[in-house]
Amino acid sequence: MQDSTGPGQNGKAPLKAGAAGGDKPASEKELADRLRALDERLDRKQEAQASAEADKPRNTGYGAALRLSADFVAAVLVGAGIGYGLDLLFGIAPWGMIVFLILGFCAGVLNVMRSAGKIADPHAKKAPSGRPEMYDDEDN
Amino acid sequence: MANDPIHQFQISKLIPIELGGYDLSFTNSSLFMVATVAAATGFLVWATSGRGLVPSRAQSVAEMSYEFVANTLRDATGTAGMKFFPLVFSLFMFVLFANLFGMFPYFFTVTSHIIVTFALAMLVIGLVIVYGFAKHGLKFLGLFVPHGVPGLLVPLVVAIEVISFLSRPISLSVRLFANMLAGHITLKVFAGFVTSLTAAGALGIGGAILPLAMTVALTGLEFLVAFLQAYVFAVLTCMYLNDALHPGH
Repeated sequence: MQDSTGPGQNGKAPLKAGAAGGDKPASEKELADRLRALDERLDRKQEAQASAEADKPRNTGYGAALRLSADFVAAVLVGAGIGYGLDLLFGIAPWGMIVFLILGFCAGVLNVMRSAGKIADPHAKKAPSGRPEMYDDEDN
Repeated sequence: MANDPIHQFQISKLIPIELGGYDLSFTNSSLFMVATVAAATGFLVWATSGRGLVPSRAQSVAEMSYEFVANTLRDATGTAGMKFFPLVFSLFMFVLFANLFGMFPYFFTVTSHIIVTFALAMLVIGLVIVYGFAKHGLKFLGLFVPHGVPGLLVPLVVAIEVISFLSRPISLSVRLFANMLAGHITLKVFAGFVTSLTAAGALGIGGAILPLAMTVALTGLEFLVAFLQAYVFAVLTCMYLNDALHPGH
């Protein structure tokens, strides 16, 4: 904390002196300090901007429809594919297809619910800097 | 043929190559992939060659795209994920440039073919699986077993979770491909209305203003979609990589 306020004050004083008439040029160290202070201020500003942008809802209906349908259809397709493969491998048609198509539908619903943020994703919660509503701005 | 909205997606062989019975021809799709890589690399190298402390306009665009992807990756995976930055950045730039290239008239849109987006998605998911097992061993499989599930339901839940996991590359690729395909077809269909209406006399020319306005609006929307889908692809890549880095429990 002391570190960040120190260079800021140091940085402003020579600037004013320079504008008033400039009795002595700023030393290398002062310049470096000012640069670092500016860096820090810019960083802080950027973070604030980024979080403000992330909070804005940017969802459009068209994007949400494509996203949710892709999630749902993909799981059904995978379920059907696994079922078909098991049927071919073990000759148990049509049971593999029946069971895994239903499981695929379940997974599809799960995908859609997760994607829409209706139920918590057990994996997404573990994100280190965990914004809780990761799914809200994932897609538009 | 000029009004066929699908015609723009046709693959044509430019240099036929046949190796061991496989058709490895250099197609218009390959040409635009090469152009995409060349343009993205060229732009970044050229833009950052000045290395100014105060960036020029081009350099600040390059720096912005770098920081944009870096922040996205860091948000989703933490600093541990930064070793994947080159991959995510390359994917983002490739998809972005391919999408934007598609916005030029008469250009081929690489990402409107599902095999291209599927290959990219398989690269991501393959990396997640390989890295997950390499780093966590069998603990990576804990990804598929949520907490607090009664013992009887575990096989069912695991099956559903596995299907859900396997569906990710498909939904990832379908999302990008469908957005690009649908957008370009819509654009072409509305633009086609303009030509067919103007052929219908004075009233037709007056009526053609409506689809023309729509085409202009759609072009703007397509630029947004081109950027957004590249972003979505990068974000989802980050989230899947996060599973490989921190498999849940």
